[in-house]
Amino acid sequence: MALNYEEAVAKYEPTLGLEVHVELNTKSKMFCSCSTEFGGAPNTQTCPVCLGLPGALPVVNGKAIESTILIGLALNCSIAPFSRFARKNYFYPDMPKNFQTSQYDEPICVNGYLDVEIETDEGPKQFRVEIERVHMEEDTGKSLHVGGATGRIHGADYSLLDYNRAGIPLVEIVTKIVGGTGKYAPQVARAYVTELRDILRSLGVSDVKMEQGSMRCDVNLSLAPIGSGQLGTRSETKNVNSLRSVERAVIGEVVRQSNRLEAGERIVQETRHFLEESGQTRPGRSKEQAEDYRYFPEPDLVPVVPDSAWIEELRATLPERPSARRARLKAEWAVPDKEMTSLVNAGLLDVVEETIVLGAEPTRARSWWLGEISRLANEREVDPTTLINATQVAEVIALIQSGELTDKLARQVVEGVIAGEGSPREVITQRGLKVVSDDGALMTAIEAAIAAQPDTAERVRGGNIPAAGALIGAVMKATGGQADAAKVRELLLKHLGQEG
Amino acid sequence: MTSIKSTAAEMAAALSEGSVTSVELTKAHFDHIDEVDPAVHAFLYLDKEGALAQAAEVDAKRQKGEALAPLAGVPLALKDVMVQKGIPTTCGSKMLEGWRPPYDSTVVTKLKNAGVVILGKTNMDEFAMGSSTENSAYGPTHNPWDLTRIPGGSGGGSAAALAAFEAPLAIGTDTGGSIRQPAAVTGTVGVKPTYGGVSRYGLIAFSSSLDQAGPCARTVLDAALLHEVIAGHDEKDSTSINAPVPQVVKAAKRLDVKGMKIGVVKELQGDGFQAGVLSRFHEALDLLVDAGAELVEVSCPTFDYALAAYYLIAPSECSSNLARFDSMRYGIRVGDNGERSAEEVMKLTRHEGFGPEVKRRIILGTYALSSGYYDAYYGSAQKVRTLLMRDFNAAFAKADVLVSPTAPTTAFKIGEQVNDPLAMYLNDIATIPVNMAGIGGMSLPCGLAPEDGLPVGFQIMSAAMKDDLMYQVGGALEAALVSKWGGSILDKAPVLAAN
Repeated sequence: MALNYEEAVAKYEPTLGLEVHVELNTKSKMFCSCSTEFGGAPNTQTCPVCLGLPGALPVVNGKAIESTILIGLALNCSIAPFSRFARKNYFYPDMPKNFQTSQYDEPICVNGYLDVEIETDEGPKQFRVEIERVHMEEDTGKSLHVGGATGRIHGADYSLLDYNRAGIPLVEIVTKIVGGTGKYAPQVARAYVTELRDILRSLGVSDVKMEQGSMRCDVNLSLAPIGSGQLGTRSETKNVNSLRSVERAVIGEVVRQSNRLEAGERIVQETRHFLEESGQTRPGRSKEQAEDYRYFPEPDLVPVVPDSAWIEELRATLPERPSARRARLKAEWAVPDKEMTSLVNAGLLDVVEETIVLGAEPTRARSWWLGEISRLANEREVDPTTLINATQVAEVIALIQSGELTDKLARQVVEGVIAGEGSPREVITQRGLKVVSDDGALMTAIEAAIAAQPDTAERVRGGNIPAAGALIGAVMKATGGQADAAKVRELLLKHLGQEG
Repeated sequence: MTSIKSTAAEMAAALSEGSVTSVELTKAHFDHIDEVDPAVHAFLYLDKEGALAQAAEVDAKRQKGEALAPLAGVPLALKDVMVQKGIPTTCGSKMLEGWRPPYDSTVVTKLKNAGVVILGKTNMDEFAMGSSTENSAYGPTHNPWDLTRIPGGSGGGSAAALAAFEAPLAIGTDTGGSIRQPAAVTGTVGVKPTYGGVSRYGLIAFSSSLDQAGPCARTVLDAALLHEVIAGHDEKDSTSINAPVPQVVKAAKRLDVKGMKIGVVKELQGDGFQAGVLSRFHEALDLLVDAGAELVEVSCPTFDYALAAYYLIAPSECSSNLARFDSMRYGIRVGDNGERSAEEVMKLTRHEGFGPEVKRRIILGTYALSSGYYDAYYGSAQKVRTLLMRDFNAAFAKADVLVSPTAPTTAFKIGEQVNDPLAMYLNDIATIPVNMAGIGGMSLPCGLAPEDGLPVGFQIMSAAMKDDLMYQVGGALEAALVSKWGGSILDKAPVLAAN
């Protein structure tokens, strides 16, 4: 009988290790001034340096070093006062120099940690994931193997090479072994990658889009019988490209490895590929005849020796940790869990906060961004923040709060702003959307409504406040919806002797 | 009246006063090259069209009265290791046959900006690996002093071009002696500046931590003039030094060594040095003493390990630097018949494209960097390097410059050492420590060895970024020698053709 996940973790203790590659969002590449923009025509963003032409030399991108130090600081790492680049030598057609300039035994950030919280059977629990190192390297080019069954280089009819990606700055974040998670290994892995993604996003150093490959995760996993105190042989599952896949890859490997062990087979130390459809993994190249990369210090670059004052300056710029910030804002704004999750997932937390800082009432700010503006953005298949900015939304909300706009009119104002008709005030003027707040004009309409419905007016005079709805509705109708309903209500009740 | 036998400084003066145009001077050199180069084979490529256009441009500017750099209009020969936009650059290898670089090296940019006329590319040992230019895939260069002999290497083409009056100036590169040893065996002057003194951007790398481009000429002053054109910080080369260039022209003109301390390196004059080399070296020392310098003996015991350490570091770096020659993006491609895999084509190309010496060093370096051997080989060699620097520091505490013969022997016969790599490696015994420590080194001729009548080189070494000191001593020694000989040493060279 094959073991399922629950049976597997009842017998075996999983040990995790996570390696995350992140493409930095610097404007230029790691070692040359070529653009890093995504989606250019193949081989248009290249130069002698990133093509590895004879004689060309690398120069380190200072911004990439700054971003890497920021990541290290955010992950509680020590920043090495002296670190070096090294050459990792191996042949592959999409690697222009046939060595990758990376960091080896002298990485820039070491010994950090990240605390993550997961839900357990006993409630929320914190796990500390220790960070071994954070180092810089360059990306390779991209190969497209055409023909053949596998889409791999072997058996392909021919291959196409695009070096636009060659030399894009990458940061690799490597954990120490993560043990003691028991059956929660999949959740810990996911929580770690999620928290890491949020931190990197808050630092503004990467797009961290897993689907687009700007953040890639390799999952190392081994099993040992519970209580054995040993470490099993690990597999390395490559390019796990979504948060959900991280969780599924761990589950898949726990099940696969436990069943091999149950059958008396040994685990092969190898690279495996995650299969999105099945949640299982298939073997890649075996690491048993491990390639010898012949690392040695890169003689074309000088050591990285960051000034300690500069490191402290960078530390001072670190933003609030995203999980802490979310907890704080959730409390400050009194947001329900579900809505908070929606805000975070929609990437609207920053803009909502900005709108509130500009004076908008929290509930209104949230509902405008998550509601009407998101709806309009979805229709146009764009990001909501590209349609309208926080200042404009805050202005609209201020007009609602002061009674100058109704929600209905405000929607028209927002549409006008999105259509490029100018600021909210300009849209109001041009479209003539001003709320009727002139008491005289309203009183005329109110008196007309009372005259038309004398019985209703009498019931209100007698204390039946809800009956006023019909009169208010008539006034709103008469003013073409441009009156502020609250104001109409106030004037009407006063007129009928029912002070608010 | 200027001629192709004039010095670069004399040519520059003649150009400046208008007694000759750059076009005339450039044509005169091409005429002479056409005459003698079939026998010498200093050049791999001549850019007649480009050079004459460049010369005409300088002449036009001069006519308009525009300000020009001191060497504007003077011709130069460029070692084929240095990339020049649009000009075939082979590095002496079949691997790069037909490749035309899409960019200029920083040295070439500086030469062009200074109006120096680039005649063409000179022959060299393949990827600058060798001491005789016999490792060129395009056939050896012959020493103008005796066409049956080697012109040194790897920069034999540049040195031979100077000695044969095919160019008054040349660019060389020196990883273990490739500028200085060819200068020594051809009776010319060659300088390896302090590491980082001249940009390596566009210099096809052999061993990145040792490679350094430098000036080659027939006089110390000419070398200094060229040095100041090509030197200086370059943001494209992270290892280039961001400091003012030492004032080498001023130093070369001082002709004064009174009170200077000249350190004679004990370890570089014993076994293996030809008797005539040592006798001419000591006569030159006597001239320095006559001029008021003081000799001090210095000992650098680690020098005994320099050659062995060099042959671990240089091959290690070359094994990685030369990995890019895989036929995927440029250069030749062998065996791509539509059936073979990329890996097979890479193998076939590298098998055909690299010569035996290059393969030997790639294999040596790959082995030295392998897991399990790294510490014993590459790691130990780097420690030797540190010890060498300490030896030099101690020596420079006692002396302003250090001196030795440049090469242990005069030029040997073509074919004589080609099958004996170890004997070939020993040619660089006196030059390698300079590269390992990153300091400056110069070779200038100090006479002809009595036993074979061939040129002997005198090496002057100066501490990092003190290049001016070696020029000062070199200039003074050269003046004393020329006055003793009654003319340039090259006047004694056989005439290759009527001119």
